[in-house]
Amino acid sequence: MKRVVITGAGTINALGTSVAETMEAMREGRCGIGPLEFRDVERLSIRIGGQVKGYDPEAQFNRQQIALYDRFTQFTLLAAKEAIAQSGLIFSGELAEISGVVLGTAGGGVSTWDDNYRSVYEAGKNRVHPFVVPKLMNNAATSHVSMEHNLKGPTFTVSTACASSNHAMAQAFSMVRSGMSKVMITGGSESMLCFGGVKAWEGLRVMSRDACRPFSANRNGMVQGEGAGVFVFEEYEHARARGADILAEMIGVGMSSDAADIVMPSRRGATRAITGALRDAGIAPDQVGYINAHGTGTAANDKTESAAVADAFGAHADDLMISSTKSMHGHLIGGTGAVELLACIMALRDGIIAPTIGYEEPDPECALDVVPNVAREANIDVALNNAFAFGGLNAVLALRKI
Amino acid sequence: MDIKDQVIALIAEQAMLEVSDVSETSTLESLGIDSMGLVESIFSIEETFDISVPFNANKPDDSDFDLTSVATIISGIETLIAQQKTEEPTG
Repeated sequence: MKRVVITGAGTINALGTSVAETMEAMREGRCGIGPLEFRDVERLSIRIGGQVKGYDPEAQFNRQQIALYDRFTQFTLLAAKEAIAQSGLIFSGELAEISGVVLGTAGGGVSTWDDNYRSVYEAGKNRVHPFVVPKLMNNAATSHVSMEHNLKGPTFTVSTACASSNHAMAQAFSMVRSGMSKVMITGGSESMLCFGGVKAWEGLRVMSRDACRPFSANRNGMVQGEGAGVFVFEEYEHARARGADILAEMIGVGMSSDAADIVMPSRRGATRAITGALRDAGIAPDQVGYINAHGTGTAANDKTESAAVADAFGAHADDLMISSTKSMHGHLIGGTGAVELLACIMALRDGIIAPTIGYEEPDPECALDVVPNVAREANIDVALNNAFAFGGLNAVLALRKI
Repeated sequence: MDIKDQVIALIAEQAMLEVSDVSETSTLESLGIDSMGLVESIFSIEETFDISVPFNANKPDDSDFDLTSVATIISGIETLIAQQKTEEPTG
């Protein structure tokens, strides 16, 4: 089996338009959640989110590109550009043919659906733009990354709700580890912050109207975010031979299905994904120093996740740090694990643990070190990245300092 | 149908029971309605009575709307109808 390392990272999200800006915000415990700004927001009962503000598509893309790129595709392309530039890789010849793209998204082009339903139902039009389908399809972002960067190997989109990007990265990791691919571009993106997108979520009654406060006793729900996180996963010897700057090593994945309930999380399913990642990585539980939690800020997730961590780690659960950066960038749904992987890289590479902000009251059912409110310096060797999706589909990634 | 009969009918449908199996003293728990069923019941109540029920599944006990039994739901609906018809005359 080959070793797999991360040699590039890129992002755009409510905390910043680059990895550097995002990590700085995480270090400072800055909150990117604020009032939502889009058409008909006044008809929503939930009016906050981790929206990418001040974003001008026309400053990034030309008219023809914008006609084909939904917001989730635009975010993905910007993050991919940053990640691939950092890696220094140029894809041509044989390398291009064995390098591919696996990205996650839950909803794909949600605002394209929303805009065009408006136009046919509300405005009564009988004609839509010819590119509606290629713009909204879930694999649009993946395909455009492939086209833009000449990536001709295995390329597809993974969609498992809130675990989409973790499942995508698990797949990309497996492909490089097995030798099938030399380099995989992976991660995920989401952009559901439009009237129809948020209205759908309102229906479940799990969204907070004021803040995302993971693990805090007074938490009252999740807050949605948007954006993308994209990484370059590269075979270790290939990266070393060309003198690449290695950000971290991917060492294992654990995946499980609760096979129980379509929305309620399962302690056992989550525990199996965590222990599966440790087993796959060949590490003992006490080697893990930090977990980037799924930590949605809902009553159900946070207590179930805390219990699963206690089950998976035993006494070591009290020694490790676990934080939810969703408190800052919101829940990016299918893109969330990708943006959260940045917190794992920051912990391993820079020795800085991103905090769980908005933490106000201890909850006895979440009695872990959640790094409340203020970032912390710590020297850790192994980090995990948790994602537990609606549908009971779980994916946990394990990373090591290099 | 009056409010009571409408509530009993929609709760019975949610619980997949006969109307005769649901009474004012029935609790949602005793009828086997779980957290998802609860959210769906609230949606039916809002649609049936054209009201907005304040409810966050993360903090079910914080709601002013008492969902314990059929009787408390009926009185909650009556209160909300009275409040919201005066607050929102245009509906």
